[in-house]
Parts: sequence; structure tokens; C-alpha cells
Amino acid sequence: MENIDFSLVDWSRAQFALTAMYHWLFVPLTLGLSFIIAFMETLYVKTGNSEWKRITKFWMTLFGINFAIGVATGIILEFEFGTNWSNYSWFVGDIFGAPLAIEGIMAFFLESTFIAVMFFGWNKVSKKFHLVSTWLVAIGSNLSALWILVANGWMQNPTGMRFNPDTARNEMVNFWQVLFNPVSINKFLHTISSGYVLASIFVIGVSAWYLLKNREHQLAKKSMIVASVFGLLTTAFVVLTGDGSARNMAKYQPMKFAAMENLYVGQQNAPLVAIGILKEDSKETLHKKQDFRFQIEIPNMLSYMAFLDPNAYVPGIKDIVHGNPEHNILSFQQRSEKGKIAIRALSDYRNAKKAGNDSLAKVSQATFEANYANFGYGYYAGRDVHELIPNIPMTFYSFRIMVGMGVHFGALFLVILLLTLKNKIDKKRFILYTALWTIPLAYIAAELGWIVAEMGRQPWVIQDILPTIAAVSQLKSTSVQITFWMFFILFTGLLIAEIRIMTTSIKIGPTEDLKDSVKN
Amino acid sequence: MFEAFSYISLQQYWWMIVSLLGAILVFLMFVQGGQTLIYTIGKTNEERTLLINLLGRKWEFTFTTLVTFGGAFFASFPLFYSTSFGGAYWVWILILFAFIVQAVSYEYRSKVNNFLGKRTYETFLLLNGIIAPLLIGTAVATFFTGSQFSVNMNNITLLTGDKMPVISEWKGLAHGLEAALNPHNLLLGLTVLFLARVLALLYFMNRIKHAAMMERVKKQLLFNAIPFVVFFLSFVIWTLLSSGFAVNPSTGVVSIESFKYLHNLLQMPVVAILLVLGVALVLLGIIRPLLFFEKCSTKGIWLAGLGTILTVFSLFLLAGFNHTAYYPSTFDLQSSLTIANSSSSQYTLTAMSYVSLLVPFVLAYIWIAWRAIDNKKIDMEELNNESHTY
Repeated sequence: MENIDFSLVDWSRAQFALTAMYHWLFVPLTLGLSFIIAFMETLYVKTGNSEWKRITKFWMTLFGINFAIGVATGIILEFEFGTNWSNYSWFVGDIFGAPLAIEGIMAFFLESTFIAVMFFGWNKVSKKFHLVSTWLVAIGSNLSALWILVANGWMQNPTGMRFNPDTARNEMVNFWQVLFNPVSINKFLHTISSGYVLASIFVIGVSAWYLLKNREHQLAKKSMIVASVFGLLTTAFVVLTGDGSARNMAKYQPMKFAAMENLYVGQQNAPLVAIGILKEDSKETLHKKQDFRFQIEIPNMLSYMAFLDPNAYVPGIKDIVHGNPEHNILSFQQRSEKGKIAIRALSDYRNAKKAGNDSLAKVSQATFEANYANFGYGYYAGRDVHELIPNIPMTFYSFRIMVGMGVHFGALFLVILLLTLKNKIDKKRFILYTALWTIPLAYIAAELGWIVAEMGRQPWVIQDILPTIAAVSQLKSTSVQITFWMFFILFTGLLIAEIRIMTTSIKIGPTEDLKDSVKN
Repeated sequence: MFEAFSYISLQQYWWMIVSLLGAILVFLMFVQGGQTLIYTIGKTNEERTLLINLLGRKWEFTFTTLVTFGGAFFASFPLFYSTSFGGAYWVWILILFAFIVQAVSYEYRSKVNNFLGKRTYETFLLLNGIIAPLLIGTAVATFFTGSQFSVNMNNITLLTGDKMPVISEWKGLAHGLEAALNPHNLLLGLTVLFLARVLALLYFMNRIKHAAMMERVKKQLLFNAIPFVVFFLSFVIWTLLSSGFAVNPSTGVVSIESFKYLHNLLQMPVVAILLVLGVALVLLGIIRPLLFFEKCSTKGIWLAGLGTILTVFSLFLLAGFNHTAYYPSTFDLQSSLTIANSSSSQYTLTAMSYVSLLVPFVLAYIWIAWRAIDNKKIDMEELNNESHTY
């Protein structure tokens, strides 16, 4: 297609990826730490032990530092759908706008109203009012995650909508199908629980640092118990929902699944490559085929993971690109022809309507509807269909590193919990160092999860229906390049500031003496 | 309940909600106005800290209202979102930048080892304080003056040729910044900027117990109220005397009509009453503390705040109701956006209308929470006893 400005598309994607990844450096900690603080304050109110109040206030300070930059990096994401993906905003705005509006009304006000009480209300409202406020902040931030992840999940598996050729857009026909979309629900649960794990690691890591420095023993150990219990429970949840994610992916986004597993030729009893290294020179090979340099396989596991059946057939990249009649899979070529028919039929329908030719309009509409499922492929008519294959090494490695780290996190929580309960944690310096250095790993794992989810679904903004090349705003590529670098410089500067303020605040430690907190 | 509404009444209902959110946003921009006055009112470090802490407890409401305003506009009028945000790119990006730097500044300004230094964060607050009201005002003025763009739904079927398959195309020279070259638009930008400063001064009167600062606040109120009134009246008179963008309700054809907004005002007496009442309340809120400071200083913000909400609300209704194109295109009149041709489907508007029933609850808990932590005026002593300060 000579009419597509690929530089514009790439820079727009880069800008969205940049801003989303920066935002995701801060959100998981907000999601999890808000609950951890709420647990701690509940313990304070229940036991009346002022040490818990001191602990709560300390973590609250760190929460505030992180929260501010999460808000700063978040506002741009909402508006970028309009500024950089304007066609998308019209094409699915009828469905996608609603969760964003509900997020504002239901979640953001809850969060921002009660965060003020949480920080400024200690001496002004009753203990109970304050505790309720802290819980409402946690609920508010997690509710906002619900709505935005419903929106994201819907993009991966669009449901509850119908294309209206008169308005040239998709329109919502069932709100509940949008909300209770299986991909959305699973994505929400997997994402928030990963946030809880990250926050638990953060609390444990910071506490470990205090123990290594021989400071704040009470605060560190009490915090470690709360965080390791929370972390252990939520890790189990991450595993469960991760498993659900894989099954959804196999069902609704088979190409993402095949790319993530580097499964080139589909097969029954497909093995899972637990550990594998891809050959580097595979760019030259046909159809992005990537050979393994070495791999360790678990027999039948992939089939089981995808369809809960060790004998199930899992389609590979080749089957999806070239089609596999035996398994009823259309090739990209066939799909792009169907898509082109749909696009042409839409044009015919609109012209016929304008000319008042109702019978032609009716025929065109029928043709359009019969081919709409492949609408987005139409934009690739006459192009190399391999552009529809996502980046395989990126998704393959990201997934494996994320899962490997997840296993490490679970084990760490268990060890920390046992050692803290036995009161032996102070002396295990190796474990404490491990806990400290696990903090960056948690952030890496969280980002890698999004890389699998988002790079793995390229080029689809809306699965099978709208590719990035038809979703972007009509701008000059240089404009987007300039804003990309503006965001890059600003967000990097703010990140450095955040890390410095955070580490300094940790070094300073709880500012309140035990005596003071008793007085209050 | 909302199922019984006709499509057009749902569209009008949502235009009113968006207008109300826009109006509340303008009122809450007193935070931005205050950020431009920190060095004018606060002469010592302590005084400035006091001001920043006062504003710092409210900035998130403004921010959240902006985000909700954007989300509600997206959900109810997605064609505006796609046309204006994607087209007037630079205006919106600059506004967003101004809010990004604001969001960290309160929390990081006084923190140890904050990388950029206290003055940088204060500059961020100043930038946000000037850019946000000025550009939002300028952008909203284009509701009356128009922009250059075209909308063509058929574009999404373009597979060949030299055009991208994009529905909305901006024709303005500077992707939105050209709006600031039109003095009519700029007048509204300046109006909002000075209004924000006036409201901030009234807010300070309501919250601060500090004699020396109060003297400065009083003086500044007069200095800012005069340009505000001049800019506001110029904008309103200019708009009422201008031609507007009328829509033929049966064909949807857009045409230029002389004195369109004046006609709207006369044909919608309720809106006219709201506008006059709003303006009167704003003026009353300003004049009373100027004349009778001792008695009337604390209530000014409420009078002027309510007045602002009514005024902005009625201006939005003037732009969108009575068969008017609220986002007109001077490049191609028929591409102009109206509440009927740019809205979400009837189903979505109905579903969203149920969500809108939550708004009174939201307002109620905001009220309860504000009352709980703002129950008395703040002075230096109270600030020193706080466990969390900016």
C-alpha cells in the first residue's frame, strides 16, 4: 500500500509503547501497596499497637512518591487514543470510550478524594474514618485498573459489538459482553495480582535492606510478614490467571500463542519448550522461521496448556500464514482477500445509499457482513503477508523470562515467610541480599508481561479487524518524533527524580518516633 | 428508564453532562490560577509553602475532573475526540504536558534529593498554571470560531491512492496552534487565565489566616478582576455579534447564520437566565470582598465558583444546542460536528446514562471528605503540626 506512511505508524507505536511502559513502572506498586497499607492500618486499628501506625505511615510516604508519578504518566495514555490513534477512536470509540469514562467517574474520584484524607486526615478524622479512607484508596485504584483492563482485553477479543455501515464504526450492542469478556476478566485478574506480587517484593526488599543495615528491626520484620503472606497468596493467583491467559490466547489469538512458543509447524501432542535458545541468523530463513539452537521440552505440555488436552492440535506459524485446510485454518492470503471484499463492499454500500440505490445497498451489506470477520486483513491486500507475523524472539524470550522470574518470586516469599516466623531472617544475609536484588526483577517481569501481550498481537489494535496502519492519526511523522523525544526526556527525568527521592526517603526511614506515634 | 429517551434527548443529556464537567473543570482551575500567584502572594519561603500546601490538597480534583471530562467526551462524542485530539495535536499535547509536570511537582518539590531542585518544580507549577487555562480557553473558543478540518467516513475504505485510510484530516497549518493566532480565541484563553487567578485569590481568602498575606490577596484581586472582566465581556460581545454555524434539523446541512449565538440566547431563555445569573454571581463574588472585606471574604469563592459553573455551562449550551454545530469546520462546513452527528450510539448513551446516576454519590462523598479535612482556616502553626506537607 503506497498510501501508508510507515514511519508515522512506527513512531506512533513507539510513543504509545514508551508512555505505556513508563506508566507501568509505577502502577503495579500503587495497586499492591495500597492494599498492603490498608492491611497494616487495619492491624493498627484492631490491635491499637502504635508500632503498626508508624509502619503504615512509613509505607504511605513511599506510596505517595510513587503515586504522583503514576498519575503524571497516566494522563497521557487516555488522551493518546485521540491524539495519536484518532481513527481508532472513531472506529471503536462507541465501545472503548465507555470504560474510560466509567473509570473516571467510578474510580479516579474515589482514589483522589480519599487519598487526601489518607495523607492529611490523621489528626482530623476518626480512626475508623481514616481506615475506611485508606481502604477506599485501594479499592479506587484497583477499580481503575478494572476498567482500563476491560478496555484492553476487549481489544484482544472484541465482543458485544456490531459494525454499523451507516456510521462506519463498531457500535456496542451488549454492555455485559464487553464487561464480562473472558479475556478482559482474566487480564484484569492476572494484571492486578502481578501488581500485588510486585508490591510485596518491594516491601520485602526494602525491609531486607533495613535488616542488612541493622536498622528498623520491628518495622522490617512486621512488614515482611504482611508482604510475604500477601505475596505468596497472590503468586498462586498469578499462576492460575496466567494459565487462563495462555488458554485465552490459544483460543482467540493463535498467532500470538504460536509466536510466544516459536511453534512453526502445528502439531498434536505439542511439547512445551521450557527453556530454549533461538538461532540468531534466522532472519534469512523463509517466513521468519526461527530454529532452536537448543531446547528442553516437556512432552504434550503445550497441547495441554492451550486446550487442556494432551492430544489437542496446536496450530503453528506456518499453518496460520499459509492456511491448513485439514484444520480449517484460512491462509493470510485468503483472509486478506476476504477483508478486501469487506472493505470494498462497505464502500459500495455507502455509495449506493448516497445514490438512493437500496437494492445494491442491501446486497453490499450482505457481502460486507459475510466478510467482516477479516476486515482488517483487507488493508494488507497485495502486501507481503509476513508483515502480519509478530516479533518472535521478543515474545518467546519475554514470556520465558517472566515465568522464570515468577517461580523465583514464589520461592522467595515462602523462604522469607518461614525464616521471619522462626525469627531467623536477620542472620540470613544471602537471602536478604537476594530479596533486595529481586526488586528490579519484579519490575522487569511486569514489563515483559506487557511485551508478550502487546508485541505478540501486532499488527492488531483490534484483533483481526483494525491494524495499526488503519488506526493511526493523520499527522506528520516528524511531529510524532518530536513528541516521542519530549516524552522520553521528560519521563526519564521524572523517573530519575522518583528513584532518587524514593531511595533517599528509604535511607531516612520512618520520620516519626515511636514516642510521637503513641502521642498521636 | 433511559430506554424511554429518544436518541436526540440522550445526545442532549450527554452534552449537558460534558458541559457541566467542563464548567466544573474551569471552576477547579483556581488551582492553576493559584500556581501563578505563589511568588506574588508568598514573599517568604514559609508563606510560599503555605500556599503550595493549600493548593496541593486540591490539585487532584482538577486533574481528575480533566481526565473524567476527557473520558466522558470520548464516550459520548467520539467523533470530537478523534477529530480534535488527533487534529489539533499540538494544542492538546502542550496542555497534557502542562498537566504531567504538575502531577509530580507538589509531591516532589520539598523532598530531599529531588534531582531537579525546588525551583524547577515551582516553575513546573507556574507553567501548568499559565498554559492549562490559556490553551484550554483558546481551544474551547474554537467551538464558536471554528477550525479547519474535514471528516469523511468513506476514507476508511481507501486501499490505494495517496491518502491514508483516516477519517478526520486536519487542514490547519500548525495542528491546532493556529487557533492561538485568532484574537477571538485568545480572548477566551486570557479570560480563563485571569478568572483562574481571581478564583484562586478568593480561595486563599477562604482558607488562610495570615494578615500580611491577606493584604496582598486583596490588592491582587482588584488587579486581576479588571482584566478578567474586560476580556470576558469582549469575548462575549464579539461572540454574540458574530456569525455562527447553524444546522438544518431535518437535512443536517450546516450553514453560516448571522448573529447565530445571539439568536440562540434569545431563543433559549433558560440559558440566557443561567448566563446572566452566572455572570452576576461571579461579579458579586468579586465585588463583595473588595468592598466589605471583613464580612464577606470567605464566601467569595462559593459565589464566584457557582457563578463560573453556571456561566461556562451556559456557554457550552450556546455552542451546542438550538441546532448549532459545536465544533465547526471552516474548511468544509459539512464536516462540522454537531451533537447529533458526532455522538455515540443510542445503546451506548443509554448504558452510560445509567452510569451518570453515580455522579450525585461522587459529589456527596467529595463534599464529606472536603468538610472532614478542611474544617478550619489554615495558618503557619497548623502547617507545622502536619505529618504530611508538600
